[in-house]
Amino acid sequence: MIELHLILFLMIIGAVVAMEIEDLLSSIIALGAVGMGLTLEFLLLRAPDLAITQLVVEILSLIILIKATVSVDIQAKKTRTNPYYFIFALLFVAVFLWFSYKAVVQLPAFGQPLMKMGGQYIAEAAKKTSAANIVAAIILDFRGYDTLGEATILFTSVIGVLAVLRKTGRKK
Amino acid sequence: MKAKEAGMSLIVKRITKITVSLIFLFGVYIVLHGHLTPGGGFAGGVIIALSFIHLVLAFGKEIALKKFSESAASLTESLGGLMFLGVGLLGLLGGYFFLNILPHGKTFDLFSSGIIVLCNIAIFLKVGAGLFSIFIAMAILKIPLEDNQENK
Repeated sequence: MIELHLILFLMIIGAVVAMEIEDLLSSIIALGAVGMGLTLEFLLLRAPDLAITQLVVEILSLIILIKATVSVDIQAKKTRTNPYYFIFALLFVAVFLWFSYKAVVQLPAFGQPLMKMGGQYIAEAAKKTSAANIVAAIILDFRGYDTLGEATILFTSVIGVLAVLRKTGRKK
Repeated sequence: MKAKEAGMSLIVKRITKITVSLIFLFGVYIVLHGHLTPGGGFAGGVIIALSFIHLVLAFGKEIALKKFSESAASLTESLGGLMFLGVGLLGLLGGYFFLNILPHGKTFDLFSSGIIVLCNIAIFLKVGAGLFSIFIAMAILKIPLEDNQENK
């Protein structure tokens, strides 16, 4: 369990670096480090399906971000902020941490009670669908309707991107 | 700088010729074994989109778009979506939406578990073509930015 927290700590450092650093390319690299840390976390939690998907999506988004930003020379603007804002931010973080602590201690232990529905799936997936990969059996057979919704979301987002970035029919 | 040539240097092009087919093959393996091993339609589709993106980055967009053009990408994506919906509607023959009516076969066989293989293939077509066309639109075209720089 200790390596899980170690990687989580490195991911938080990477996220802060990605937010604070001025160079855009370095910021993207730090974001990639966060994604790779998430991949390792999924592997340690024994979710290889999620790890593979996270890895390839991370690589794809890194390529798109680098390709889209490397030729555009944007420098982060330095803006002077009111020093009182820092105090407000600290106050907000303190309140947030207190409430999240109150919420987290109420949670059951990690992965401890097997839910009724999940137990049914684990017991019957191999028998009912004869699929060896239980994740595929759940998302494509028991929960196929949800996956259809996800596919529709992806379809709509592709249409949106292509409509915004289209070549033909653009007003000069 | 030398005369501008599409794509990257000779070393990158040589190695791309070897690796791109291996990446494509690995994507096909991930899709077709989605019901046996980790992975599935989404991961395999992204891997195959990455193999085409590899071609775009190494050889420039003309050669890559000759192999898999933008209109072919949007056609493939729509076909994948329709195929997934069709597999779902196929279940109505047996009673309800997304019912697994195809023969299940034995566990650990390649041709087993009914509609899951078909769903994986449909999602693979959809995700691969969709993400490839997003990459083409975001990274290659860049219309508004170039217009702004010319107008200055």
